[in-house]
Parts: sequence; structure tokens; C-alpha cells
Amino acid sequence: MSVGLVIVSHSKQLADGVVELAAQMAQDVTLVAAGGTDDGGIGTSLEKVMTALGEADSGQGVLILTDLGSAVMTAESALEFLGNPDGMVMANAALVEGAIAAAVTAQGGASLDMVQKAAETALNPGGPTVLDLTSTAGVSVVETPAGADNAVNATMTLINPLGLHARPAAVLAGALGAMDVDIEINGVDGQSVMMLMTLGAGKGTDLVVSATGPDAERAVDLVRTEVENGFGEL
Amino acid sequence: MGDVRVAQSLDTAWAVDWLRRSAAVVAENRVMLIELDREIGDGDHGENLDRGFSAIVAKLALEEPATPGAAFKMAAMTLMSKVGGAAGPLYGTAFLRAATAVGENAELDSTLVAAALAAARDGVVARGKAEVGEKTMIDAWTPAVDAATAAAADGRSPAEVLDAAATAAQAGAESTDPLIARKGRASYLGERAIGHRDPGAASSALILRTAADAAGAGA
Repeated sequence: MSVGLVIVSHSKQLADGVVELAAQMAQDVTLVAAGGTDDGGIGTSLEKVMTALGEADSGQGVLILTDLGSAVMTAESALEFLGNPDGMVMANAALVEGAIAAAVTAQGGASLDMVQKAAETALNPGGPTVLDLTSTAGVSVVETPAGADNAVNATMTLINPLGLHARPAAVLAGALGAMDVDIEINGVDGQSVMMLMTLGAGKGTDLVVSATGPDAERAVDLVRTEVENGFGEL
Repeated sequence: MGDVRVAQSLDTAWAVDWLRRSAAVVAENRVMLIELDREIGDGDHGENLDRGFSAIVAKLALEEPATPGAAFKMAAMTLMSKVGGAAGPLYGTAFLRAATAVGENAELDSTLVAAALAAARDGVVARGKAEVGEKTMIDAWTPAVDAATAAAADGRSPAEVLDAAATAAQAGAESTDPLIARKGRASYLGERAIGHRDPGAASSALILRTAADAAGAGA
């Protein structure tokens, strides 16, 4: 079971398309589209959104992503009708990038807070990530910035022909997202699928990995294993 | 004098009549609202509201609500599901908050009527994040709530409270003509929005006027 996602859009095709795209990288996550009006026109429907929220809720929480104006208002109205339950939140995120980042993070078993964060930072490389999240969530974790003396460091070379393309990026970000770790790969957040993809790292590229936190060893081992196995593509 | 209803409270029949009259007024003004919206928006306001209120009338034919609050809640749910555009959640939230404000009461006195309008306005503000002067529904609603609150405090009847609200809403809607829009689709137009009435403020004034008509104001 994982966090579920609801995609609210003015257009049925757009919502269905975002679900289709995100599902490719997160097979086990419940993704539900709530696009268009009840009669299939352009607009949003409270009834559709409320039905989708019910379908997406497995008890682990639901993240809602929206497109423009009234989609946001309809989603807020649905939450108001339901009494603003704790386990359902809206992401202030770019719809496509946010949905993919959230789906991959949910696939890794991350909490609702983490999934929301993944969506909201999908377009913002320098933005607050896990460090900020753990402190706002009230979890007491002593963190050390990546690259500090007690960091776990490793360098490895990509050997699979396509390098760190979308699917491997999703595999890494998903698995790392479920760990209690602060990890950078070539200077970007290893828990962010969007950031890993921006590296454009092809075959032969060196990955410089630096991790801190309780799961640092395990996280670096995971990256090493995946890279050495060519992400199962060899 | 002889025809004037001076009821000290409004009941479920009033709430249902208000909704039915609103549907009729929205249908009558559908083209006018579409044209206002076409000037500074996406042109769907009249169409969308008409669809939403028609759906309310269809539901009323199936089941009579038990209280004014139940009527408002049904209207809220229906508008949010059927309107499609921004007017759905905005009017829907207005009716939903009004429903909460009147609770289970079968009869609404002037104070409760004014409180329901204020709660509705607060809902629109919360949902749309707009303030007075931004060329939105709020430019009709806020003067309406102020006038209703003052009339209730003066000991006026519910019909007089609604009449005061409707008159202020109409003036408020007219006040949007020279404004530059700060919210919604019209905000992309900048100065080109000047000289056009905000469609949401116009429909708000129409719907508040029907609330007063249903209460027998000016009869």
C-alpha cells in the first residue's frame, strides 16, 4: 500500500494522460484521474473529485494535483465537504512534473509528507527538500549536510547503454525516497527523479555520490548495486 | 400595503422558491451573462450557471428539502458538480457556508439571514482569495453583507434585509465597470477590462435580488 494520487484537470484527456504517464514509472501506486465535467466537457466536477478521493485512499494518504484556477477551488471544496481530513492534501506543484515526482516517491513507500514534498520541489532544484521536511514534521533527526566529514562517499561509472534515463532515475529516486538519508548524486538531490533526469548522465558518466543520515550506507550501496547491474538493462 | 408580506422569519418554502427563481433569472439572463463574460473572460459564465441552476431545479422536483439549510447544501453540492467553471466552487462554497450558518433551523429571522449572507461571502473570499476592488463577485457580495447586517441591526424584517442586500449588490456590481481585474481570467487583460462589468458580480446581484423577491420584498 502506498500514498494515492488524484489528478484534477479541466480536461478529461489531460487528467487521463497525466495518470498514464505517471503510471509507467509507478506501477503499484493508485493514480486516479478526475478530469472534465460530469458530461465530459471542459471544467471540473466536485462529484468526480470526491469519487476519485475515495478510490485513491488506501489509508496511507492521498495527494491531490491540479491544473488551473477552478480545479484548485473544486479540490478545496471537496476537502471542505469531507471535513478537511488529515490524510488528504493538495500539492502546490506543476501538474505533470509534480505528478511524476510524487508517483515515483509514493512507489518507494514514502509518507504523504514526502510525496507532497517531491511534487512541490519537482521544478525547484534549489528548494527545500528532505532536511526541511523532517524538521517541519517535528521528527527529531540530527542531520549533517551532504559532503560533511562523516558522509558516505562513492564514485561509480554508468555502464548501461542508455545511462541514467527516466526509468533508472525513477528506480533510484523511488528507493532512496523511502530511506532516511540526505543524498546527492553529482550535486543534485538523489531522491528527486526530476533532478536525476536533469543530469542527462549517459553511459560512461561518473556518478559522485555523497550521503548522510541513518540510512547513508544502505543508500550508497543501493546506488552502487543498481549502477553495477546496469539497472537490469544489460 | 395590503399585499406586503411582513413575515418575521423565512422558511424552507422561501429557500426553495429562491432557488427556483434564481434558475429562472439565470436562464433569462443567460445570454447577457455570456456576453459580459465574453468581453473579459472565457464566455462560459451564463452557460455554466444556467446548467448548474437547472440541475438544482431537477433535484428539487425529485425531493423537497426539509430545512433551508438542507436546500442550501443541496444547491452547493449541485453547483459544485455541474457548473464546471470557477462559478461552481465559488457559488457552491457560498451556499455551503450559508447552510452551515443556518444549521437545522426551520425558520430564519433577520439576524440569521444576515449571518448566512456573511458566511456565504466569507466562503467566496476563502475560496477565491479576492478582496473588494479586484473586479469579482466580492464587489457585489461585500456591500450586500454590510447592508444586510445594518438592516438586521435596525430591526428590519428578513425581506427588508434581503432587499437592502440586493440593492447594495446591484450598486456593487455596477462599481466593477471601471475597475482593472486582479483575479480570474480577466486579470490577464489588464486595462482592457476597464468599461466592462464583472460577470460574477452581475450574476451575484441577480441572485440576491431573487432572494428578496422570494421573500416578498417590494410586493
